[in-house]
Amino acid sequence: MKKKIFSMHLNVDSFLPASAEEKAYMVQMRPSSTFFRDGVKRFIKNKVALVSLIVIVIVVLSCIIIPMFLPYSYDQMLGVQLGKPVDPSYNNLAPFEFGTTEQAKIDAGEDVFPHIFGTDAQGRDYFARILYGTRISLAVGFFASIIVLLIGMTVGSISGYFGGKVDLVIMRIVDIIYSLPDMLLIILLASALKQTNLDEIIRGTILERIGANIISLFIVFGVLYWVSMSRLIRGQILSLREQEYVLASQAAGAKGKWIIFKHLMPNCISVVIISTALQIPSAIFTESYLSFLGLGVNAPMPSLGSLASDALNGINSYPLRLVIPAVVISLIVLSLNLLGDGLRDAFDPKLNG
Amino acid sequence: MSDNKTNTPLVEIKNLKKYFDINTGMFTSKPLKAVDDVSFTINKGETLGLVGESGCGKSTVGRTILQLYKPTAGEVIYDGKLLKSKADIAEYRKKSTMVFQDPYSSLNPRMTVSDIIAEPLDIHKMYKNEEERKEKVLQLLSKVGLNSEHAARYAHEFSGGQRQRIGIARALAINPEFIVCDEPVSALDVSIQAQVINMFSEFQQELGLTYLFIAHDLLVVRHISNRIAVMYLGKLVELTDAATIYEHPLHPYSKALMSAVPLPDPKIARLNNRIPLSGDIPSPLNAPSGCPFRTRCEYACERCAEEMPEFREVEKGHFVACHRVEEIN
Repeated sequence: MKKKIFSMHLNVDSFLPASAEEKAYMVQMRPSSTFFRDGVKRFIKNKVALVSLIVIVIVVLSCIIIPMFLPYSYDQMLGVQLGKPVDPSYNNLAPFEFGTTEQAKIDAGEDVFPHIFGTDAQGRDYFARILYGTRISLAVGFFASIIVLLIGMTVGSISGYFGGKVDLVIMRIVDIIYSLPDMLLIILLASALKQTNLDEIIRGTILERIGANIISLFIVFGVLYWVSMSRLIRGQILSLREQEYVLASQAAGAKGKWIIFKHLMPNCISVVIISTALQIPSAIFTESYLSFLGLGVNAPMPSLGSLASDALNGINSYPLRLVIPAVVISLIVLSLNLLGDGLRDAFDPKLNG
Repeated sequence: MSDNKTNTPLVEIKNLKKYFDINTGMFTSKPLKAVDDVSFTINKGETLGLVGESGCGKSTVGRTILQLYKPTAGEVIYDGKLLKSKADIAEYRKKSTMVFQDPYSSLNPRMTVSDIIAEPLDIHKMYKNEEERKEKVLQLLSKVGLNSEHAARYAHEFSGGQRQRIGIARALAINPEFIVCDEPVSALDVSIQAQVINMFSEFQQELGLTYLFIAHDLLVVRHISNRIAVMYLGKLVELTDAATIYEHPLHPYSKALMSAVPLPDPKIARLNNRIPLSGDIPSPLNAPSGCPFRTRCEYACERCAEEMPEFREVEKGHFVACHRVEEIN
């Protein structure tokens, strides 16, 4: 359109409807952000938690992978060889020292893998024992937490979802278990389970490979520590089932199973993961002190607690043997706790305000 | 207001009661009469407004009609069929649904919008394959004025009005005949309220829906309802056409309630005699004997304390529960 000078008419061309491309340009597409992705973003920002995660990954990987390549096993007494008298030079070696036959091999020009942490009183490579002990401790911590999680989650969600009399009975049982001194109960249970013949019961099953005493540790944890987990989950379920989206689901005809798995579980899963992460260090710690008291794993199998306990006898001559397992326990427990805190900060919606 | 209303009843409620047991001591409990002997019918294609103060049992009526609460006594008859067995209720669930008050807590924060909308479809297995499900979700989204790209998002990324639209889309998913709207607009601000209310009206015209519209905003109820029921302390006190109840309320409580409706014109508002009510609504745990309203009623007499007034038809289609309705009007 030709525009006249001094005309008050507006230029009609400026008011054309937008073309499809122009419209598409205006739509700002933002990738949808899920709750999980938001949480991960917050978690990565938390340096302390991230470092703890890295430490845990390193510890876990090294105690799984390194023993595969290590020439020494945790129960091999290096001074004892078939048909030969016991060679006492292998006992109580300091770090990076060698026994007599190994020294001879080195002198002959062969490569011998060093004893990084030395050997113990029976001539077993201490580095291998530490790694294996870490593996046992971590496994106990991890599986005990899973057992606690399974029992606690089942009992807690039943109690919370059905409510009423069921809830009343379950929660009174929980209160009773909660009121008992757990340290005493653990020691009693652990020593009672040592007397029973668990070996007979688990013979022939896959559990045999794990060993009776570790199984009894799992039982101790399972029986005792599920209570706080079940309380937590009950509380969550109680508040979640009053939400209107549960009512909406019921109005659409949903049954109990659908509501539990579609609505209740996904909404309390973050709390569950966090408290499980915080349960692992406490299980590791309990395992350590049980082993320290002689109620944990059986010799020759090491755990960090039993290694520390054994080292107590030679604390003046060989302090390193106590320091190393103590440092490893502290490192694992500390980083798992910090990791749990970090997870809570990142995923617990109540803290986000 | 719906134009395609008929006179065939869709939902009939007869002497509906819902009591909740409240623990008063360790072993003693007392019934809280949330809904006490309520009867009414909702005709096909109409909107019945249900108004009353907070805590008078409006929402409980809605939820009990949908069988979300098991009624203590009374009958719900849907489309001429008494709801009794589980199979009846399961069938009823495919035809009736609900829209909730709070658009924040009524959508699961861990589900995407498409999962939320398709949930009723999933429960009733109302599609053959994923394609059909997706298509239905997109259809519903565009019906309530949302875009297809919203389907993959989570509820927390939306505003209150948009969330309520998602809730409405979920309610429409199963092609219902009857929707209980439990204060669907009271959590929204006024401009959004208008949009959502108009959407309700449009869907009613288009799909022939029947609504039970629960609200405490009297103007909103008047705008959308064909008939209005007034509730007080678990009981119905008056039920009549929307226009009649505003111009010519008979029950003293309805009169007070209608006089409290804010008017946009200050000149008229000044002329309007507001009837103030003294006192608070009594606790439903110790409801007064006889007429529940007698403690706050200026016309209360001895008979009101002794006898529960009958819910009777005073004029054609105009039900009132008051002993002295003829004297005071």
